[in-house]
Amino acid sequence: MSVQTHIPATAMPSRPAAGIHGTKMVARDVKVFYGAKQALKGINLEIQENRVMALIGPSGCGKSTFLRCLNRMNETIENCRVEGLIALDGEDVYGKNIDAVQLRARVGMVFQKPNPFPKSIYDNIAYGPRIHGIASHRDEMDEIVQTSLKRAGLWNEVKDRLREPGTGLSGGQQQRLCIARAIAVSPEVILMDEPCSALDPIATAHIEELIDELRENYTIVIVTHNMQQAARVSQKTAFFHLGDMVECDDTEEIFTNPRDERTQGYITGRYG
Amino acid sequence: MSVAVTKSRYQSEEFSARLRRRYAAERRFRIAGMLAVGVASLMLVILLGSIVSKGYTAFWQAQIRLEVTLDKQHVEERNYTALVRQALYAQVPAATDRATRRSLNDLLSSGAPYELEAMVNANPSLVGTTQTVWVRADDEIDQFMKGFIRRDVPESERRLNDVKIAAIDALVAKGSIRSTFNTTLFTAGDSREPEQAGILGAVVGSALTLVVTMLLSVPIGIAAAVYLEEFAPKNRWTDLIEVNINNLAAVPSIIFGLLGLAVFLGFFGLPRSAPLVGGLVMALMTLPVIIIASRVALKAVPPSIREAALGVGASPLQTVTHHVLPLALPGILTGTIIGMARALGETAPLLMIGMVAFIVDIPGGLTDSATAIPVQIYMWADSPERAFTERTSAAILILLAFLILMNGLAVFLRKKFERRW
Repeated sequence: MSVQTHIPATAMPSRPAAGIHGTKMVARDVKVFYGAKQALKGINLEIQENRVMALIGPSGCGKSTFLRCLNRMNETIENCRVEGLIALDGEDVYGKNIDAVQLRARVGMVFQKPNPFPKSIYDNIAYGPRIHGIASHRDEMDEIVQTSLKRAGLWNEVKDRLREPGTGLSGGQQQRLCIARAIAVSPEVILMDEPCSALDPIATAHIEELIDELRENYTIVIVTHNMQQAARVSQKTAFFHLGDMVECDDTEEIFTNPRDERTQGYITGRYG
Repeated sequence: MSVAVTKSRYQSEEFSARLRRRYAAERRFRIAGMLAVGVASLMLVILLGSIVSKGYTAFWQAQIRLEVTLDKQHVEERNYTALVRQALYAQVPAATDRATRRSLNDLLSSGAPYELEAMVNANPSLVGTTQTVWVRADDEIDQFMKGFIRRDVPESERRLNDVKIAAIDALVAKGSIRSTFNTTLFTAGDSREPEQAGILGAVVGSALTLVVTMLLSVPIGIAAAVYLEEFAPKNRWTDLIEVNINNLAAVPSIIFGLLGLAVFLGFFGLPRSAPLVGGLVMALMTLPVIIIASRVALKAVPPSIREAALGVGASPLQTVTHHVLPLALPGILTGTIIGMARALGETAPLLMIGMVAFIVDIPGGLTDSATAIPVQIYMWADSPERAFTERTSAAILILLAFLILMNGLAVFLRKKFERRW
């Protein structure tokens, strides 16, 4: 593992220029237990900056569990125990120096089912910046809300009804609202847990385009059941199977020339 | 391929018989349900009808007109009784002998002289003048006017003798008896004389008790529910606590009264009959109800909202206060108000801590002696006077009005704060 100097969260963001893909997050021998049941059996993975990493694999293989380890969302589950090392910019996220709340501001998350707060569209976006004290004025907050919605490609559709409830939007719009909400706190990494599984093909295409654009500014890890989606949006793909990480390589490589039999079986649709 | 040789099993005679039986079962179930609702509604109508028909007369009170000459001497001696009596004798000129006049004295409420005194004290310039005043009639006259004392029973079995009835007839003939709205019922404390008894003391006592109950049980109950539901680890200890809370909700209320007697009165030496102690006991009784209702409401908030808040970096407490609690609020409020309504209607624990006393004064503070509406109902129901029977029903109506008001508030708040997600 490369050791980097620790940059305080307050001095963020200082990212390398596009094109240079440094290592953003590292997982070393990550094991996760739910009570006595072992869900992950020692995962080693490197997540590169400003790229999209897709996690694929059959149901129950542990890819969502792994994703949730990256921002410590697993801690909200009773009896969940994580072993091994997960580092963000060379710093152990389970270490004493990093607080879960602080980590989740740096590593945002978008969930499988769109889950906007039952508040206005504006408040949905403004909530994160507000609790983190990012905006000091109303104007600044308006700016953040507008930028976030624009980046999420939702601005033109909702700019005239920012005060209306976010739950009144369509499924695809809700999911983009959730992405905008994640962007609003300026995270470094965005985790997406099957973000399109509840959406129709058109909304899915929208989100996929969005993911591709977001890559410029953020590091993205996406869990997906849709192989075409993984092929379309990601640069790196990791294949999980029964709690193991079988194979991780460039997406093209995985889909055209998988090294492992199981990977090949899965992507050709023989099982999963 | 041959067509329609074998009929599908779902088209057979046996299957359609089975289908008919299914529908018949459903019809029977519906009828049973409608019958149950019908019987329940009928019972409610009978209950309410009986209370209203017995109680509505209590809202009316007979008054007698007197032409009182407020001469200086009597006023200075504060002998208002004599003034009232003189005026009454003047109304019934036929009564001249001593025995008849003594009988007549019972026509007026024993509170009539005090009414007059209050009037003079409020306006001293009345001294020396003759005033027309309406004073409350005695409860038996009131009952006679309402037809509850019948004149066709023999005099020896009647509460009013012939002399009194003759005097009443004379007063009626002159238009000197009227029936007015019984404001005393709403403005006075308890009294041994039904026509002077009111519910206000009990209402204030109940209100003070409920305030204490609410201030204690709502914050503690909601905080306990939030901790148990959102923060506490799930282990043997929290399981034990949960089981005990559920058990406490089912403990008979008199046990809480005994506990209050032993702990608050016996150990801490708090005053007897005080709304403070009543409120403390009621708070103990209401706590489990509020905790259980709040936990159910918190559980009903979808976990996706918690994940969403945690996902943008909200701390667990922020997640609860900004998102989970507001969404659970309608349920919590409903549970709380229903708990409060239960406390309002509760009698047994108050009996144990002495809030069953006969208290004339309207309580002015948390440590004054007081009683509560249900206890007042219990005490009036125990009184022998016929006039208290109708007042008992009237007090029940007032209590029911408060309960309906509180439950209506619960429904209103639920509708107001309900949000969809």
